[in-house]
This record gives sequence, C-alpha cells and structure tokens, in this order.
Amino acid sequence: MSEVKKFLYVNRKAPYGTIYAQESLEVVLIGAAFDQDVSLAFLDDGVFQLTKGQDTKEIGLKNFSATYRALGDYEVTKLYVEKESLEERGLSLDDLQNIEYEDEDDDYAEKPSIRLVSRAEMAEVMADQDVVLSF
Amino acid sequence: MAYDVNGATIEHDEEGYITNLSEWSKELADVIATAEAVDMGEEHWAVVNFLRDYYEEYQIAPAVRVLIKSIKKSMGPEVGNNKYMYELFPYGPAKQACKIAGLPKPTGCV
Repeated sequence: MSEVKKFLYVNRKAPYGTIYAQESLEVVLIGAAFDQDVSLAFLDDGVFQLTKGQDTKEIGLKNFSATYRALGDYEVTKLYVEKESLEERGLSLDDLQNIEYEDEDDDYAEKPSIRLVSRAEMAEVMADQDVVLSF
Repeated sequence: MAYDVNGATIEHDEEGYITNLSEWSKELADVIATAEAVDMGEEHWAVVNFLRDYYEEYQIAPAVRVLIKSIKKSMGPEVGNNKYMYELFPYGPAKQACKIAGLPKPTGCV
C-alpha cells in the first residue's frame, strides 16, 4: 500500500465565464478514485460555485452545481469555505447549497460537508496538505 | 452514426453514446441493448433507471464504484456487488449501462 496523501483543490473563480470551476470538479471526481485524502477549498469568487439556485439557461452552459452534492458519494466530505470571502460578497452560509455526506462509521448519519473557516484557519488547512492544486 | 428506432434516427458518437441526451426512450434503450448483446431483464432496467435518476439529480453519471455502492444500498448486496453487476453488463456496469441509459460516458472512465 502506498501512503495516503492529503490533496487540497483550491477554487478561486466564479463558476461560469471560465472553465476552471468545472474542470476542477471533474479532476476531483476522477482523483477521488485513487483513495487519497481529498479536500476542497472555496475562496475569493470561488465561493459562488456553491451558491444555490444557479440558472444557466440564458448563457447556454450546463448547470453543474448539482454535482457538488454528489461529492459525498465519492468520499469527498471536506469543503472548506472562507468566511471573509463570503462576507465580502454579501453572502452567508444560507446562500450556499446544502451539501451533505453519509458517515458510514456513524450509521450513515447525514452530516454537512461545508466547513466555514476564517482566513487564518484556511491558511492552516493549506499548510497541512501534501499537495495543493489551484484552480 | 445512428441508431434506428421505429424509423427514427438517433445520432450517436463513435463509441455508441447518444449525442442528444433528450432523445432517449425505452425503445431506444432496447435498441442499444441489442447492439450491445445485452438481454434486458428486470435488474438491468433497475440499474438503468437508477443511473437516469442519479444523472437527473446530480448531472453526472456515477463512477462504477459509486454505482455499485449505491445499488447495494438500494437493492441489497445480492445485486449490488461487482460480480453480479458485471454479469448483467459484461463490458462494465457503468460504461455499458450508461450507454443504454442514454447518458454520457461516466467521468473518470477511460
């Protein structure tokens, strides 16, 4: 067995307009097959990726926001969201989707995947990783 | 390249996945299954319906490991295990069942 590494995918861009958000999510889903310790971070405009009620009809792009709710199935259960980034954009936790995972070790209890952290805490999360991938 | 369903032409890519997801129908599923040499029984349909529901909810076709885990939870370990799923869909439950379900190739499948 090779050792498990800690991977953090950092998302800083709004969901549409560039391909970064969707590509990041795709890489996360593919990478989840390799049994590593995967976390996601959302800061700057990246916090918009998790907002609820997205509607892409008028821009002719696929609304992939529902896919974040599937992350739990892929055992990706740590979505760190930076509090300051939310506040600077007039957003709060209530504006984000409810994303949950089932804890197999706790009788499949549904638990929230989103973890609200301060800028200082986010720095600690980043410092704690083996690999940081920025999107 | 296209499937023929009662005279209607449904386009597909070089691997047999339909190009316009909204053109799917049960009749088309039967046509694709026949082309894949899969004899659709009740359990095949259960997997196909599960995949379509999953796509509807999450906008992705699940990876095979996620599929099998979910089927195990909803239909029990007799169906939701690797061996049985490969008996139902010999060329890979996610890959082949997604094709029949009219979904894109699962993310992460090469």
